[in-house]
Amino acid sequence: MSGKITINGQLIDFTDEKNILAVARNAGIDIPTLCYHPELTIVGACRLCVVEIERMGIQASCSTAPADGMVVYTNSEKVNKVRKMVLELLLANHDRECTTCDSSGACKLQKYASDYGIKRLRYPNRAQMLPLDVSSLSVVRDPNKCILCGLCVRVCKEKQGIGVWDFKNRGSRTEIVAAMDQPLSESACINCGQCIAVCPCGALTSNSSAIQEVWSAIRDPKKTVVCQIAPAPRAALGEEFDLGSVEVTGKIVSALRKVGFDKVFDTVFTADMTTIEESNEFLGRLVKGENLPLFTSCCPGWVKYAEQFHPELLNNLSSCRSPQQMFGSLLKKKYAKDLGVAPEDLFVVSIMPCTAKKYEAKRPEFMTEGSYDVDAVLTTVETARLFREAGIIFKNLEDSRFDQPMEQATGSGVLFGATGGVMESVVRYVAGKLLNAEGRVDVEFTRGMEDTKIASINVGDNKLTLAVANGLAAAEALIEKIQSGELNVHAVEIMACPGGCVGGGGQPFQNNSEHRLARAKEIYNIDSKLVLHKAQDNEDLDKIFEKYWNGCCNHETHHDLHTHYQAKKRIAGNEIVIKDGEGPEITVCLGEGCLKKGSLAIVEKLANLPVKVKGVFCLESCGEGISVKVNNEILHVTEENVIDSIKAKCGCSCGCCS
Amino acid sequence: MENKEIKFLKLQQIIDAHEGKISHLIAILQESQAEYGYLPKEVLTYIATAMGISPATVLGVATFYAQFSLIPKGKYVIRVCDGTACHVRGSEPIMMGLRKELSLSADKPTSDDLMFTLETVSCLGACGLAPVVVADEEVHGQMTPDGILEVVKKLASAASEN
Ligand code: SF4
Ligand code: SF4
Ligand code: SF4
Ligand code: FES
Ligand code: FES
Repeated sequence: MSGKITINGQLIDFTDEKNILAVARNAGIDIPTLCYHPELTIVGACRLCVVEIERMGIQASCSTAPADGMVVYTNSEKVNKVRKMVLELLLANHDRECTTCDSSGACKLQKYASDYGIKRLRYPNRAQMLPLDVSSLSVVRDPNKCILCGLCVRVCKEKQGIGVWDFKNRGSRTEIVAAMDQPLSESACINCGQCIAVCPCGALTSNSSAIQEVWSAIRDPKKTVVCQIAPAPRAALGEEFDLGSVEVTGKIVSALRKVGFDKVFDTVFTADMTTIEESNEFLGRLVKGENLPLFTSCCPGWVKYAEQFHPELLNNLSSCRSPQQMFGSLLKKKYAKDLGVAPEDLFVVSIMPCTAKKYEAKRPEFMTEGSYDVDAVLTTVETARLFREAGIIFKNLEDSRFDQPMEQATGSGVLFGATGGVMESVVRYVAGKLLNAEGRVDVEFTRGMEDTKIASINVGDNKLTLAVANGLAAAEALIEKIQSGELNVHAVEIMACPGGCVGGGGQPFQNNSEHRLARAKEIYNIDSKLVLHKAQDNEDLDKIFEKYWNGCCNHETHHDLHTHYQAKKRIAGNEIVIKDGEGPEITVCLGEGCLKKGSLAIVEKLANLPVKVKGVFCLESCGEGISVKVNNEILHVTEENVIDSIKAKCGCSCGCCS
Repeated sequence: MENKEIKFLKLQQIIDAHEGKISHLIAILQESQAEYGYLPKEVLTYIATAMGISPATVLGVATFYAQFSLIPKGKYVIRVCDGTACHVRGSEPIMMGLRKELSLSADKPTSDDLMFTLETVSCLGACGLAPVVVADEEVHGQMTPDGILEVVKKLASAASEN
């Protein structure tokens, strides 16, 4: 549909805009919104976006379509009266401790209260303060600040396809809860932080305890404190200091030196390392024809998702650690020795666009001699806060360079910051290696913000079909196509966040498509300026591979730079007693995988015996057969052999099963 | 955790009868509640897992409708009619009296000893007898706040006798 509407006396053309709000914003007229997000479904709940339409009265502009000839007022007396009332009501239900709030300055509620001159509230304050949920390493939820806009519910459902959050109860008792009203850490949350990115008013924030840990380490004379910086923050941190989405790598390095870091390194260095290890893994699989398609493994959000929802794909995931963890391992296992410090006295900080990296850093498999390979993860936003607290005037800083001996970085590694970047890096490397291609190999199809991109390219004699997805709902749709046989691909890159890491949950507010696009553009811009183009062009990296591991892609790098995955349950909770009994205790898996394979039939069989039967929602050992736990050992059984298998393992002579 | 036996086979039959359709979630919850008397969290988790939907969604639906209960009901269910006729003839003081006597509230319908659950219903179709209260399946017409407390006392002592 198209036509003209009049807004505040100004005649405006519209074409395919879905609502009056979009028409107005495109024409440069702002309308305040709280429950609306252009990339999510519209619910029209908050009523802040109201406008006055002739013959229709007061309507929510986010959920009213434009019609030819409409006459709209966005700031009439009536409109502003309604908006003030809405704001007053919301503020009465909101814990207004702005001075102690991590979102102060980036909060829409605070901004609108000031824009609309709300000076006093006519409604009583919320009755009761509820406890915060600080169980997650990545996300903190303060229910006292929640205005029930539902954006977190929608983003997690629609973009990530997980649905961690939902409304509980109704009316005045409505609240937002995770899973079965559980601590967030016990849910299927993959820590991506996209709910933080959409929350308008500080009810969801990143778990920023790392800032204090970093200060303590810097002030501790025993510790050598080093830092690594991921690709995406360099194109976004400037936004926190009114510089826009422009590269500020050199300024970040200077600022970190001023804060007191002993060494500053570039995660792009280990992104190149990842490219080399992963590309060779890929080529090896192509030759053997096994574990294809290869799925990337740099995104800890995607990795946790795969462990929870696709245990059958875990062998297809690249075994490469992410660039963050490769650097951590390198620093703690090798570089610490060079410096002559013990791993626990080398404090490794990483600056990431990502809240899931906080979780990744605390995975138990990423430790060296009892200390975490990465000790603290700061998001882009938290890093800006660290700089402010240190009194650094960021805008005026001179550029500084990364430290030797890992200074070099290639454009290909920088691309890891945007969706499609890992795939492009692999293609560059493979083309360079197989075809001895000199100069630049630019890949077009991987670029752009679409949530799914698929293309076939020829690399020498090989025709490779490659797929790239961002957002796990899109990834899930892609996986379905691959598993149904509709699509045949050789490699898949998956990033959990819309647009990839440029849109990570730790990036500055506003974290919307416009900003993601601007940051991605800057990432490609940085790449085009760098002389080093492909991972194999990084000579510092060659030397490091040689010095520490006698080369790349060998048994030793496999030990230090690769990892393994483990099926994980999606919901924590107690075992449930299905049937009590005198005999031994047998736990049957009721997780989705085992249920589909028929665990209920096993429950039925066991229920006839005088044993105690328990159920649990995934025994975290998904594989062949149905998982059953007897005598602390997990067996994989079928309906036919369950009794015999249990008999063989049970070790008691009660005679229950005979 | 208390020891309650959960008949997952029955639960799976209910889900299968609805072909696991997400659009049938409310009906599945209704039938499950009929089976167990209430909806324990394990049952909700099972339904979410077996149907492949998020636990939060199932919890959201189960807590949206007043007909679902996530806690077991008391031994005796007392339903106070709050239809127009009963309301006009004084169902509210009856409700208030019961809540006070049993230390219950709108948010807490079941007594801690799991003896009584207090519910309101919109109309029992017995408006001629207003105000009407159904206590343990027995209809009491023209109730008064004092009258219903007598009924409650009788039920409580009957329970303590057996
Ligand atoms: S962090 Fe991501 S997965 Fe977790 S609740 Fe938020 S949006 Fe969902
Ligand atoms: S937590 Fe934030 S995003 Fe979620 S409903 Fe509350 S205010 Fe909205
Ligand atoms: S896409 Fe990037 S920012 Fe988002 S969860 Fe994955 S690694 Fe983190
Ligand atoms: S933004 Fe339109 S109703 Fe909330
Ligand atoms: S579904 Fe994970 S072990 Fe059964």
